[in-house]
Amino acid sequence: MTARNLPLIATLVVFIVAYALCAMQFPAMLSLRVVANLLTDNAYLGVAAVGMTFVIISGGIDLSVGSVIAFTGVFLAVVIRAGIDPITAFVLVLIITTLFGAVMGAMIHYLETPPFIVTLAGMFFARGACFLLTTDSIPIDHPTWDFITSLNYRLPGGGRLTLVAMIMLVVFLAGILVAHFTRFGTYVYGMGGNRQSAELMGVPVARTTVAIYALSSGLAGVAGIVFALYTSAGYSLAATGVELDTIAAVVIGGTLLTGGVGTIAGTFVGVLIQGLIQTYIIFDGTLSSWWTKIVIGGLLFAFILLQRGLVHVAARRRAAARMAAA
Amino acid sequence: MTDDRSTAHAATSGAPAGPGDHRSGADDAPLLEIRGLSKSFPGVRALDGVDFRLHAGEVHALLGENGAGKSTLIKVLTGVHARDGGEIRLGGVPIDAADTADAQRLGIGTVYQEVNLLPNLSVADNLYLGREPTRFGLRSARRTAAMARELLAGYGLSIDVTANLGDYSVAVQQIVAIARAVDLSGKVLVLDEPTASLDAGEVQTLFGIVRRLTARGIGVVFVTHFLDQVFALCDRATVLRNGRLVGERRIAELGRLELVTMMLGRELEAAQLHRRRGEGPKGEAFLAFEGFGRHAYVNPFDLEIRPSEVTGVAGLLGSGRTETAKLLFGIKEADAGSATADGAPLRLASPRAAVAAGFAFCPEDRKTEGIVGDLSVRENIMLALQARRGWLNPLSRGESKALADRFIKALDIRTPDAEKPIRLLSGGNQQKALLARWLATEPRFLILDEPTRGIDVGAHAEIIRLIERLCDEGLALLVISSEIDEIVAYSDRVLVLRDRAHVGMIEGADVTVDRIVGAIAAEGPATAAGVPA
Ligand SMILES: Nc1ncnc2c1ncn2[C@@H]1O[C@H](COP(=O)(O)OP(=O)(O)OP(=O)(O)O)[C@@H](O)[C@H]1O
Ligand SMILES: [Mg+2]
Repeated sequence: MTARNLPLIATLVVFIVAYALCAMQFPAMLSLRVVANLLTDNAYLGVAAVGMTFVIISGGIDLSVGSVIAFTGVFLAVVIRAGIDPITAFVLVLIITTLFGAVMGAMIHYLETPPFIVTLAGMFFARGACFLLTTDSIPIDHPTWDFITSLNYRLPGGGRLTLVAMIMLVVFLAGILVAHFTRFGTYVYGMGGNRQSAELMGVPVARTTVAIYALSSGLAGVAGIVFALYTSAGYSLAATGVELDTIAAVVIGGTLLTGGVGTIAGTFVGVLIQGLIQTYIIFDGTLSSWWTKIVIGGLLFAFILLQRGLVHVAARRRAAARMAAA
Repeated sequence: MTDDRSTAHAATSGAPAGPGDHRSGADDAPLLEIRGLSKSFPGVRALDGVDFRLHAGEVHALLGENGAGKSTLIKVLTGVHARDGGEIRLGGVPIDAADTADAQRLGIGTVYQEVNLLPNLSVADNLYLGREPTRFGLRSARRTAAMARELLAGYGLSIDVTANLGDYSVAVQQIVAIARAVDLSGKVLVLDEPTASLDAGEVQTLFGIVRRLTARGIGVVFVTHFLDQVFALCDRATVLRNGRLVGERRIAELGRLELVTMMLGRELEAAQLHRRRGEGPKGEAFLAFEGFGRHAYVNPFDLEIRPSEVTGVAGLLGSGRTETAKLLFGIKEADAGSATADGAPLRLASPRAAVAAGFAFCPEDRKTEGIVGDLSVRENIMLALQARRGWLNPLSRGESKALADRFIKALDIRTPDAEKPIRLLSGGNQQKALLARWLATEPRFLILDEPTRGIDVGAHAEIIRLIERLCDEGLALLVISSEIDEIVAYSDRVLVLRDRAHVGMIEGADVTVDRIVGAIAAEGPATAAGVPA
């Protein structure tokens, strides 16, 4: 039981230690306002990372996430400018992105093509679609839109929990529910453990694969909406490389890239760690924002080492325990 | 595996129903009827117009050499492969399972030969994958666990069902796979070599469960290479050879020799399962282990290894057999004692060091650890030799082809050609290829852990010929096996283990089944596989 939660605990410990160190240097970082901003600033990343966690646990990868986020923003900006109501636009774009993911999933399963290749193609495709719609950065301006972006919950101490932060929290909670309390969740873990065994045990592999990529692209669509609400614009070149940031958050969160092992909650902490580094850099004021990338790179290495170590220690302890029991 | 039927029957005494107890005659309408089933893979006609009939309440053995088409028949039946032709009826109704879930819904539960379930899920989730109890649409982990505990209690297994399946031994995993299939089988239970990693006690538990199921009218298809188990458990047998039906017989009317002849298409004398001893150069020990051991793993022991000598290793599951092998091969480093090779100290800190010293180890868990599925048969055979030579010194293609072909011939590995991906071979043929991998390194000291598991009788005889030949060439062997009569058939001396300690060495004329069983069971309740208690 504990062995299974070790990576998650390790991530949590790293986050707490890092946060404590930051707070020691900048006590202001302890305020609720900073925490709320951290959630808002990373909401789109978090939403996309939930979908990515499912994909990676199933043993796959989705490289199209960043492009789908950009496409969503551009699509929203274009159709709202054309006079369509934002709510209708949301529904439309979610249908499009979910179908897009379903098609990728179907190609992965039926054409027996590696997810890396299919979603790489999907990445170019979605990015290309952005440029087809427009090459400009289009501001979004609509009364309903303004109302939606103004929604927030006042926290004690002056912070605001924005709508996008709330969306992210809800997506995480829903993700945890789906991963651990539904059959679909078990199928995802099962396929990541051993695809052939899962199939022989009666897991509907075709349906599940399609659903996993549909979920990932659908959530990338939600992340795109969140990103558009956050920036109030649609731009073809937005969110480049976000797929890699999400993969980093997922891995730092304790999910194994080989599939079968990982948690949504861990991904949440992974996103928080990335946000924390950015916040620190902003507080410091002298550091280049590229330090974020360097620190994340370092953390990724550290985490992979840490996980290896923990898994090793756990295995040894277990073997010893079995021996004692025998 | 001697020709001794009484041995087989003794193992079942005390069981609720004997093998002669036929609950249904051949004239009843069969529960499952397969007619003219055909299935081809590129280059192989795996099934060619096969008929098969299973009656309610019977245990039906499906037998044949490695590659005969047994697993293929099961996979076509359960919707893993689509058939090319033929008809399948269940309870008189034509069926055509689209996938395994479909077959499960029809009431056919299956333990596949290669399946290892899902090591990263909990035991309970493995048991109830796809049919977990739900509340308000959500899985109830607590109820799943409670059900799993109750289910496993029926198998005498009380383990933490919330722990990952991968934390448990292969034997426990196998029992979980069986429990799952039994629980799924409303009408038909299919077991494809389920006993390959079980010890004698677990086999008896399984037999008890199978008999309870047949009493409830469930038909059981049982694939195995342990002929003792066929005679102990089954009512009828269908034999396949090269994808064709050889015949269907009642076990009660079938002799062991006749059965083997049906399987192989030629006669195999009992003597061929015995090793002819002793023309190789007998000599001084070239390896010596003194006080060799590891804390909480294997108690310190002394062992000398001489050329041309076969040392059998006997003991119950968990007695430290495999652990001894892992220690000798450097997979676990010893923390006590010393090893010497040709008088010089030898440090066995890693398998690499062991390989450098001329050791080779063919492990027990070949199914999961050994084969590289997408590499060809030739590449799989060459792997260890190539690793030993170093990657900068590759074998020429011609050399490696010739070597692979030699082993394919020597071990009778059934494959259209050496370039076929190994995962497409039948289970038994994959194992033979793994054996070839280690033989190709031309070791001085070869450790074999359960070398004949999943290998057919014909190939079994060939492996014994091979052991003979290798000994004549001066190779030293350490062979671990749960089959005592097999150990007796080829060992010069037998090391007996109990509770992770070496408790005795039986040599020369004393190497008999009775002596070994006596030594294993000197204290504590113990029955060895296929041997009367
Ligand atoms: N997916 C596949 N693709 C190609 N050939 C296959 C495939 N599965 C099985 N075969 C071939 O079909 C033949 C029958 O294999 P099968 O697995 O049914 O044998 P088996 O009787 O179960 O043998 P064993 O006792 O070794 O398990 C073999 O020649 C094998 O190489
Ligand atoms: Mg088979």
